[in-house]
Amino acid sequence: MTSFNQDIFSLVYLIATILFILGLKGLASPKTALRGNLFAMIGMMIAVVATIINPEVKNYGWLTAGLAIGALIGSTVALRIQMTAMPQLVAALHSFVGLSAVLVAIGTYFAHHETGHVDSTLMIELAAGSFIGAITFTGSLIAFGKLQGLLGSNPVVFKGQHLLNLAMALLMLGCATWFVASDTLLPFLVMTLIALILGFTLIIPIGGADMPVVVSMLNSYSGWAAAATGFTLGNNLLITTGALVGSSGAILSYIMCKAMNRGFISVILGGFGGDAAVATTSPAGKGVKSASSEDVAFMLENSSKVIIVPGYGMAVSQAQHAIKELYDTLVEKGVEVKFAIHPVAGRMPGHMNVLLAESEIPYDCVFEMDEINSEFSTCDVAFVIGANDVVNPDAKTNKSSPLYGMPILDAYKAKQVFVNKRSMKVGYAGVDNALFYFPNCSLVFGDAKAVSEQLVANLRGTGH
Amino acid sequence: MSPTMIGIYVFVLSCFVGYHVIWGVTPALHTPLMAVTNAISAIVVVGAILVAGFHPNEGQTGPIELVGFFAVLLASINIFGGFVVTNRILAMFKNKKKNSG
Repeated sequence: MTSFNQDIFSLVYLIATILFILGLKGLASPKTALRGNLFAMIGMMIAVVATIINPEVKNYGWLTAGLAIGALIGSTVALRIQMTAMPQLVAALHSFVGLSAVLVAIGTYFAHHETGHVDSTLMIELAAGSFIGAITFTGSLIAFGKLQGLLGSNPVVFKGQHLLNLAMALLMLGCATWFVASDTLLPFLVMTLIALILGFTLIIPIGGADMPVVVSMLNSYSGWAAAATGFTLGNNLLITTGALVGSSGAILSYIMCKAMNRGFISVILGGFGGDAAVATTSPAGKGVKSASSEDVAFMLENSSKVIIVPGYGMAVSQAQHAIKELYDTLVEKGVEVKFAIHPVAGRMPGHMNVLLAESEIPYDCVFEMDEINSEFSTCDVAFVIGANDVVNPDAKTNKSSPLYGMPILDAYKAKQVFVNKRSMKVGYAGVDNALFYFPNCSLVFGDAKAVSEQLVANLRGTGH
Repeated sequence: MSPTMIGIYVFVLSCFVGYHVIWGVTPALHTPLMAVTNAISAIVVVGAILVAGFHPNEGQTGPIELVGFFAVLLASINIFGGFVVTNRILAMFKNKKKNSG
């Protein structure tokens, strides 16, 4: 291929890169987001078409079949997936990018071997692409299993775990060096195999509570895998895109860690959350008050401002639509209703916003923690549905609490707090909630969906 | 400058672009952000296509074709799955705006 033709292809790839950046930029606001997604889709289409017409591609059968079958599977799953299952879908998709990167590295090695020389720079790049891809692949599978409930969400910890991981990492680097020195396939495959095991052992010790961080982190890995593949192909489009995705995942991990007041390293080392860790810090002998749905309905109806704090429990009982009903009923009655979202509500970043949007609650009455925290003291009722740790005042005041230092939603500042819970079971972090013992707090026991529906019935029945 | 060095330049500068663009994303859209980054990380499809189409069509299938086929398949699931689900989510945010007037 002449260098002029090569430049044309590079130019086309640059256009795709710009479209990807504009696509991500569109997500700055819900108003521009759909257009942004369209830009990104066009960018991908340009990249795929440009690659197919590249003279280096000489056989269209396999790639057409792969693209077509993939399109069918991907679109079908994406159209059918429930929004509560988004974290699983994202984890599954990460694993595909990882495996694809491994396969591309193996294939590129074969291809270069047939055409001639494989230099050591390329081998280093291939090794990097393969091991990052392999870790992403199995790590994401484990995350998928934990999120889907196929595997227990409890952290799996054993003695010498970190030492074992370190030993495997070193062994992996050893194999990579052997591969570069010998230029044979065997060490490459052994290295990839170790990376596959490493992806597995790195994620199993991380508990369910830290899943938002893990999902973001694997998002980041899938980007680095793409960037590494870009180096093997000498393709700047892949390098740029990989870097964009990698930094996106890294920033999301950072935001999630900060919202949980957890160090990134301690999340990676794992062992947090699950049933195993139960530390009750509640003042012994103090009881909790409970309220009936009639009481709650009465209070809600006579409020001028209500803040609803949804948590993952809302998603588990599929209560979004019942809560939308509740929202509509209250708005009809002239009550100002706002929603307060903690950054780690749900199982992935922004998950709760999507669930509320799905049930058609207007996004302009849904607020992030920093936007709404000052408003709790001026609201009449804070209604907590399926959230627990994120409203625990112990995080502010009790230095011995495992949650201490975590930023929380200040629901306790409301004149009256109602907390909907199924039972007195502890939250995800395995910690008792000091809020339940506050004088202005009453618990409403029951399933989130059933309670919300009951409230709507009470409001409609008594409101005339 | 060697091609690898140019690649490192591009990589580092792209990380800076990514840093600034991603901090501008509203937290309410972090889930679609992950879905769309999922879709675009499937840009490895470029490598997969090069592998799958490496040999001229001679009617016989070697390991390269099979490896390439699966790589393209997985990347394609990602591209379509990622973009379609992002579109679905963002449409929900769009609808809401209309309802609230």
